Amino acid sequence: MRFYEYESKALFRRHGMPLGEGHVVNSNAEARAAAEAIGGPVVIKSQVLSGGRMKAGAVQFADTPDEAAEKYDFVLPIEVGGEKARSVLIEAKSPVAHEYFVSVTWDGRRKLPVLLFSDMGGIDIEEVAETHPEHLSRTHFSTILPISERIAKEAISSVGVSGGDLNRLVPIVYKLMQVFLQYDLTLAEINPVAKLEDGSFIVLDGHVDLEAEARGEHKKLLVELGIGEDETRLARPPTEFELEGARLNAVDHRGVAGNVVEFDGNLGLIIGAGGGSLTLFDAVRKHGGKPANYCEIGGNPSVGKACNLTKLILGKPGVEKIAVMMNVVSNTRVDIVARGVIKGCLEAGKDPSKVITIFRIPGAWEDEGFKILEKYGVEYCDRSVSMYEAAGRAVAKL
Amino acid sequence: MPGLFIDVKVADEVAKNAETAKKLVEVCAVDIFAQNDDGSLRVVEENLDECVLCDLCIDAAPRGSVEVIKLYES
Ligand code: SF4
Repeated sequence: MRFYEYESKALFRRHGMPLGEGHVVNSNAEARAAAEAIGGPVVIKSQVLSGGRMKAGAVQFADTPDEAAEKYDFVLPIEVGGEKARSVLIEAKSPVAHEYFVSVTWDGRRKLPVLLFSDMGGIDIEEVAETHPEHLSRTHFSTILPISERIAKEAISSVGVSGGDLNRLVPIVYKLMQVFLQYDLTLAEINPVAKLEDGSFIVLDGHVDLEAEARGEHKKLLVELGIGEDETRLARPPTEFELEGARLNAVDHRGVAGNVVEFDGNLGLIIGAGGGSLTLFDAVRKHGGKPANYCEIGGNPSVGKACNLTKLILGKPGVEKIAVMMNVVSNTRVDIVARGVIKGCLEAGKDPSKVITIFRIPGAWEDEGFKILEKYGVEYCDRSVSMYEAAGRAVAKL
Repeated sequence: MPGLFIDVKVADEVAKNAETAKKLVEVCAVDIFAQNDDGSLRVVEENLDECVLCDLCIDAAPRGSVEVIKLYES
């Protein structure tokens, strides 16, 4: 769940990070008043969740309050990645001498948080990683063992920062690590943290993503930041297909089947199980397939739920066939999912043997599931066929 | 609508018995049984395919009076 820049900064400010004066405004009169209060050149920044504000022209500079009001009117209607501005942030323009990048995110492979630091801030970090890897450090740390400033110090110094700059950066980076852990974030990023001409350091732009499942745990923080319970904060508003999936999922408390994300391919996916959905989605793409959706099923959805999900996906324009694939499951019954998807195909007026490219769900009650699949002529496989290979078989049938 | 995958048959004398009917309604986690106003048993056809094959209904009724049929085996 993504925070707007002004919310991320409010969180950073609570933890004593250095930030310039800033005001969130919702009219050109407020923009003028904010610039007057700051009393010098200002930056006018559109508040959107999407990236690419600078390129879209949604960040502007002004030297006077009148110019700030004008730039407010210019910035406000600009859509960034199809997203309209929620409000505008007016901040003091800082005399920057050098920019750094710091980010804490989750490394799924190592199952640990990773601290990324670069002395080439302000630009796309993927570009730095590719063209100047020696300017980017990656440091993993524990979520269980206590963390210390030493970790931050090592990360910063390993790209060649030393002396006073190192000493001033350490507390900022260390605080970012603490914020990441304290609030169950999936991303805490400052790009750039700037060294000003007078040698001091300041956070110029910040970005925070909260783990969606942690919303309940951090309700108090969300209320204090003014984030409503109904705000999904996804990178784009949900499509009708996605909303319908969520509705189907909510009707019945049993398991998950309806958590979908829409794509524009022709292969409908009914996939899931402990990260299996991501692996399978990637495998389909790697084989040259075009997924019509991303999806997560698991936790033993009812037959009705799996049936409704199947009908939803089959009803999506452009979907020709579906693939039903999961990792090995212990908490989802293979026979129940088999019943659900076959029923969904039949209710959608399709022949399961033609429309289901592959059924690969090994696990609980699989023998019972395989009997059902055989009866309806659906191609299936067990765990001796890898998820990657199953995805390949599905794509080959399109 | 009858089930595509599962059918449940209950002997007439058991279906008429309000006490056994009540037991069957209680044991089935997926609402395949309901009681009519007169206490007799009704099989809820639209829920048949949700049957999880737990056999609790078979154990709750007199031996041989409830049958859970896997239609995909026939
Ligand atoms: S076997 Fe279990 S789920 Fe099926 S009808 Fe009997 S009690 Fe209900």
